Amino acid sequence: MPASKNPSATWCEARRNALPALATQTAATQESIGVSFHNVEKRFGSLAALRGVSLEIRPGEFVALLGPNGAGKTTLLRIAALLMHPTRGAVLFTNRPAVGREHARAQAFSVRPKHAIALVGHSTLLYDELTAAENLTLFARLYALERISEAVAAALEDCGLATRAGSLVRMFSRGMRQRLAIARALLHQPSLILLDEPAAGLDRQGLTWFSARLAQLKSDGCTILMSTHARNESVDLASRAIALAGGRIEHDSGPNGDPRALLAALRAEQ
Amino acid sequence: MTTARAAAIVLGKELRLEFRTRELLTATVIFALVVVVLFSFAFDPTAAESRRYGPGLLWIAFLFAGSLMLNPSFAREQNNETLDALRMAPISSFAILLGKILANLIFMSLAELVLVPVFAVLYNLSLAGIVWRLILVLVLGTLGLTVTGTVFSAVSAHARMRELLLPLLLLPLLTPLLIAAVESTAGLFAEQPALDRTWLAFLAGFDIVFLTASWLLCDHLLEE
Repeated sequence: MPASKNPSATWCEARRNALPALATQTAATQESIGVSFHNVEKRFGSLAALRGVSLEIRPGEFVALLGPNGAGKTTLLRIAALLMHPTRGAVLFTNRPAVGREHARAQAFSVRPKHAIALVGHSTLLYDELTAAENLTLFARLYALERISEAVAAALEDCGLATRAGSLVRMFSRGMRQRLAIARALLHQPSLILLDEPAAGLDRQGLTWFSARLAQLKSDGCTILMSTHARNESVDLASRAIALAGGRIEHDSGPNGDPRALLAALRAEQ
Repeated sequence: MTTARAAAIVLGKELRLEFRTRELLTATVIFALVVVVLFSFAFDPTAAESRRYGPGLLWIAFLFAGSLMLNPSFAREQNNETLDALRMAPISSFAILLGKILANLIFMSLAELVLVPVFAVLYNLSLAGIVWRLILVLVLGTLGLTVTGTVFSAVSAHARMRELLLPLLLLPLLTPLLIAAVESTAGLFAEQPALDRTWLAFLAGFDIVFLTASWLLCDHLLEE
């Protein structure tokens, strides 16, 4: 395998070889789900992180969540990831557009589709004292995946870390950790992918890989909600852009709108 | 996935991490040994005094060791926010808690395995004839200690001064358990060893109550 000779130079090639297998599994095993926020408020003591956010993200949409630090992007993503309860309001998951379908909304209340959600956060969510393979194997077991060793090998190949499978994560560079964090999040082939500044720490090769992976996930019909800066190139893949400020939605290009005007305006501001 | 299966996976992860770093075990065993040795030299107890004060000293050593060991149980999940990854997995919150309780029970038992023979030698106490009954008391007492300690480790993990908070929360709550454990152990160390069934039942009851409470409240315990 070429990657074993020179991992830093050839891991993109290894990724290209591994990608079709992963992509096929993603499309086949998970139905795309959407998420809607209904007047969601989140308070941390006297600080209001979100102030009445209402938003519907349809299955298969790729939404870029933009805004300055403290706008509420991370809080919104953590609520969608079921890691936080909103102080007020509701979050619903549905496998079909909820607009005008009260029956679907009522059903969605009881759904907590943990198996279908992935989060790449500010932290890597990885154990530093476990190896790359051990980290992925642990989460593959927790998600009750089949053919775990094959899934782990494919994920490591995909993110270009196959030759470092036995290395402790604490020995990795920031970029390698981030690639492994993304691989860990995508291991169970989620259909709702929440990304909080996912490109942080990635080098140019890493960004290329990540953009290609995002494009693949988008074409597979995954729902993607990505918080990022408008500068980031991968944001151009988004089909919708939402700008948050002070815990409120300031701009929304809409599900059928063109996000490019909003992205261009934000880029000009920056 | 069943809770037992998920708990076993979490337990496996805890054991692998601990046996790779040996952070908790080394510190705990050394600390508990120092306590026992120090008291032994300070009091230089006779056999009668050892029977009288020994059980209390033994459980104080276990308690301090437990406080030291249980605090990082959830705190070390903060490093890379790995608890979020566990909470996002499609497993019950109780499986996470149970895996950690079992891991802490194993670590505490290993520490006791080293500590009890040293204690017996230093305090001139014979364990012959009471080993199995002593193990029963140690298991029930240690289970209570680890269940409450792990639960409060989860509660205090997000706190700013968690090293201070855990003993403050834990010690008052553990007082009844420690009294029962000391009384049960004292009965076994008496000249005519006897296991007091009332104290033993109290230990078992404490364990059942706190295990049930942790099962009922686990979702809230692991929330931010």
